[in-house]
Amino acid sequence: MTVYVLAEHRRGELMDVTFESISAARRLNDEVVAILLGKDLGDHAEKVAKYADKVLVVEDERIENNTEAYTQVIGELIKKDKPKVFLMGNTSMGMDIAPALAIDLDSPIATDVVGISEEGGRIKVMRSVYNGKVLSDLVLGEAETSVIAIRSGEFSAADLEEKNGEITKVDSPLKEAIENKKFLEFVEPVAGAVDITQADVLISVGRGIKDKDNLPMAEELADAVGGVVSCSRPVVDYDWLPKDRQVGTSGKTVKPKFYLAFGISGAFQHVAGMKGATMIVAINKDIKAPIFSVAQYGIVDDLLKVMPALTEKIKELKS
Amino acid sequence: MDVIVCVKKVPDTAEADVSVGAGGREINKERLTFAINEWDNYAVEEAIRLKEEDEGTVTVVTVGGKDKEDILRRSLAMGADKAIRLDMEDPEDSFVLANVLYTLIKDQKFDLVLFGAQSGDFNSGVTGVMVARMLGISHAAMVNGIEVLDGRTKTSRELEGGLNEIYEIKLPALFTIQTGINEPRYVSISGIRKARKKELKVMTPADVGVTEVKPMLSLEKMYLPPPGKIAEIIGGSPEEAAAKLASLLKEKGAF
Repeated sequence: MTVYVLAEHRRGELMDVTFESISAARRLNDEVVAILLGKDLGDHAEKVAKYADKVLVVEDERIENNTEAYTQVIGELIKKDKPKVFLMGNTSMGMDIAPALAIDLDSPIATDVVGISEEGGRIKVMRSVYNGKVLSDLVLGEAETSVIAIRSGEFSAADLEEKNGEITKVDSPLKEAIENKKFLEFVEPVAGAVDITQADVLISVGRGIKDKDNLPMAEELADAVGGVVSCSRPVVDYDWLPKDRQVGTSGKTVKPKFYLAFGISGAFQHVAGMKGATMIVAINKDIKAPIFSVAQYGIVDDLLKVMPALTEKIKELKS
Repeated sequence: MDVIVCVKKVPDTAEADVSVGAGGREINKERLTFAINEWDNYAVEEAIRLKEEDEGTVTVVTVGGKDKEDILRRSLAMGADKAIRLDMEDPEDSFVLANVLYTLIKDQKFDLVLFGAQSGDFNSGVTGVMVARMLGISHAAMVNGIEVLDGRTKTSRELEGGLNEIYEIKLPALFTIQTGINEPRYVSISGIRKARKKELKVMTPADVGVTEVKPMLSLEKMYLPPPGKIAEIIGGSPEEAAAKLASLLKEKGAF
């Protein structure tokens, strides 16, 4: 039996989730076949083959950057070989492809998966639900092929065994170019005046800041400590701070010496962008917020009270 | 532009104390507050924005009991034109839900169907794309921008690291909406008054001809994560804790 794994790449770069997917696939003790689609693939195939038992390469420029073409081609490859599982990252691309593939193939699907195993011929997954406060074990229905999308960062690719698998080129099974859904271009994020990735101290604010009018409080603290204000996703969604201040998977990855998280619950997308900080301090009213398991120090209280007090104390200590 | 928006009512667990009920089948919901799924609220706003830009109707759809009607009323008060509640018990999984919604939507008139990119309870993010596939129309997931052209849209999808990708997509289509695409309006008093006169239709699975399908996933158990390591908590009043933290930051060389 085999497990198919998608090698995800974008603009000439192979994404880390590719190797994490191989790592997850190894938990199923089967042959791991990576599939690599698109054009200008550089040395992606060689890099993936290092850890996969086999790599199937379909070079076809009609597939590049087109999630619909990806879905159709993966579907055709799966119909031919009937792997037990198709596995990819629960990335933006995965969210566009995996559920469509499940319907096309009449396959059960589990997304945002954080654990995977096989029990008595059935695939069992673990998912983190209700804002990371509950875990849930689910068994996938019986089917020829199951579709799994794994959460990025959950399956370590650090200890992958070297395989140096065979690379095989496959003719593109794509019948015709996708006319209904055409990729036009990538749009880069707008760069602002402040680069949060360069700061030694980040005063990071989340939903708990409650109101745009409270932001100057964070600016004052940042000024006092010589740092910069960053934030979690909701603050950008509400348009309180620009996108270039956002820390997390859909924003920036930061590694400051000090990361002070005010009113940030610590969703995994946020944690992925800041866990590399040397010292993390969390200030949050909810002791059960996941941020406290990432932080070294914590204050369980209202940030609107702690923040101005901290600014005053820092000013005192500096004078 | 006729737009259908599928919405879901979810418990707010972000700041709540969550426990799992006996048998490990579900969380205890008695003390939780419920509201429209955050992503869906952005989808409703986007549908209304598209209607206001051009013309057409916005229909909001949900599946569940009468207790779910408040999120439909809220969407009507925001500016949706009509609402449909499919009266049935909560479907067992996303596939069953997708099948139900597909059956309902296929007989409606629409140019665009919107879903939230995921829901705040189970964060599967699959239902919308499944429905698109069942309807046989194009889709895009994680959409953070829509520009309507003639019979097509320019649609922006959110990728990792702040990057976006733009697709040209032929209508009819289905998009799943990411948070931050717009600024959802507040519900006004006059909106609530107008909403009372708008149609809220209740249909049964039999009305729309729902056929039974088997769920794809079976729940084995739900449980609380094992307690892991936790930060060293700095205690005292806000002033005391702040003073201790300030000293600590100074000692570690933050300033």
